[in-house]
Amino acid sequence: MPQKKRSPKPASGGRNSVLDLAELSLRQINQLLHDTDAGDFLIKNPRGAHSLACGLNAPLTVTIGGHVGYYCAGMNKLATVTIDGNAGTGVAENMMSGRVHVKGDASQSAGATACGGLLIIDGNASARCGISLRGLDIVVKGSVGHMSAFMAQAGNLVVLGDAGDALGDSIYEADLFVRGTVKSLGADCVEKRMRDKHKAALAKLLKASGLAGEVDIGEFKRYGSARRLYNFHIDNLGSY
Amino acid sequence: MCGIVGLFLKLPGLEPELGRLTSLMLHEMCDRGPDSAGFAVYSAPQEGVTKICAVAAPGRVDWEATARDLGKVLRADVEHQEIEDHAILKTAGDGEAARGWLIDNVPAATILSQGGSIEIFKGVGDPDAIARRLDLAGFSGTHAIGHTRMATESAVTIAGSHPFSTGSDTCLVHNGSLSNHNRLRELLKKRGERFQTENDTEVAAAYLAWRMKEGDTLKGALEKALDDLDGFYTFVVGTRDGFAVLRDPVACKPAVMAETDDWVAFGSEYRALSALPDVDKARIWEPAPATVYAWGRA
Repeated sequence: MPQKKRSPKPASGGRNSVLDLAELSLRQINQLLHDTDAGDFLIKNPRGAHSLACGLNAPLTVTIGGHVGYYCAGMNKLATVTIDGNAGTGVAENMMSGRVHVKGDASQSAGATACGGLLIIDGNASARCGISLRGLDIVVKGSVGHMSAFMAQAGNLVVLGDAGDALGDSIYEADLFVRGTVKSLGADCVEKRMRDKHKAALAKLLKASGLAGEVDIGEFKRYGSARRLYNFHIDNLGSY
Repeated sequence: MCGIVGLFLKLPGLEPELGRLTSLMLHEMCDRGPDSAGFAVYSAPQEGVTKICAVAAPGRVDWEATARDLGKVLRADVEHQEIEDHAILKTAGDGEAARGWLIDNVPAATILSQGGSIEIFKGVGDPDAIARRLDLAGFSGTHAIGHTRMATESAVTIAGSHPFSTGSDTCLVHNGSLSNHNRLRELLKKRGERFQTENDTEVAAAYLAWRMKEGDTLKGALEKALDDLDGFYTFVVGTRDGFAVLRDPVACKPAVMAETDDWVAFGSEYRALSALPDVDKARIWEPAPATVYAWGRA
């Protein structure tokens, strides 16, 4: 039996509507987005609020008009969320699918532990971008801070600018494409050959991020796991 | 977790608004540090006057008698003013000597600051209630630093609330925890710094005060702190005419900065900055790890 949808309660709710955080509470807005299966929404006056547009589970289009706080668009599934400003810690953390686009900068741990979908950051992302990445694709048009892609397991991190210290530390499997300089590589992260399939994957991600033809794929280097750390090696027995 | 706010005005136009804006910023950080709060406000010094701020449980200290006794020691007049559980003593005498005498002779009080510009106020409990009780919104001045505390390293007391100040017109607030503060405290004691708590942040404040007494600039002192302080920290530091920010190399503790032609502001999170005038036009950025950001007044 199909689950009964609760109808949106706030008077200003509904499809194609403007949701104003100066008038509605955060919980009202998130609940309304959870109770809706389609439509376009503009959230006004976010003023750095935490946990906005989290756990969306329908193909909604949500635009947030300003800077957001922690965990915006976390656990996103199917929805397209655009942040017209900066995002705080953990934007799109644990995202499953859909698309999240930060038009400004993102703070630390952007896309942490996320399983799928596409996260685009027009500005810079700070430390630990893509930490414990599990399948999400991240495209950062600026630079990323230290410890990015720490313990990344699957997915892609594309950086048009530079990467900070210890990129890909303790990485399992994931592809890291950096156009600029890498300050240092973390433990077990190495530069790898860019094969045709990697070039094709990178081209696809750049196209999906609106950068088709704007960026030369030949300028990128690929980094990934040397696979020496996460496989048991008899010489390391003393370390256990 | 703790909350930090800081506002440094570049132009005098907003000075009457300093306390009001700082209270709005502090309000946004209440849930980051609900157990205690404090703030430092800097205003233009009066020629030849040093202000000493202190706090004590109501009725525990006779401030009139204390001012009289202090005056005899300093051989200078000491005026006193009481604001709730705080006292401000004003004198033409030596501020550092006054602070030392008060620490030794008025054990019921915590001495919060001394200097020509700085005034520090602190309390335990809801930060909004503390700001209201001490009328933070009514202050004018050139720069202010506020802190809401979620205690980890020492007890929830007024003395353990931030900002900490040991040197003249210098104060520091901290989000994080230091791991080498005990050894450093012993070293700084040998260099003549006076401590009132077991708190790690007081050691960081004393370290900077010591470095600046040794001739370092604020920026230089913070660059040395990167080598000498071990632990997690986001610091915001005030001096008579300066304002600075430093994050440790790992940068776990959050920080956002914004700057316009009129002001520079710091917040643990963006929402602390959201009420500032013209924040929409501000340059907003996250301070990089292990990088000193410093502003001064010409």
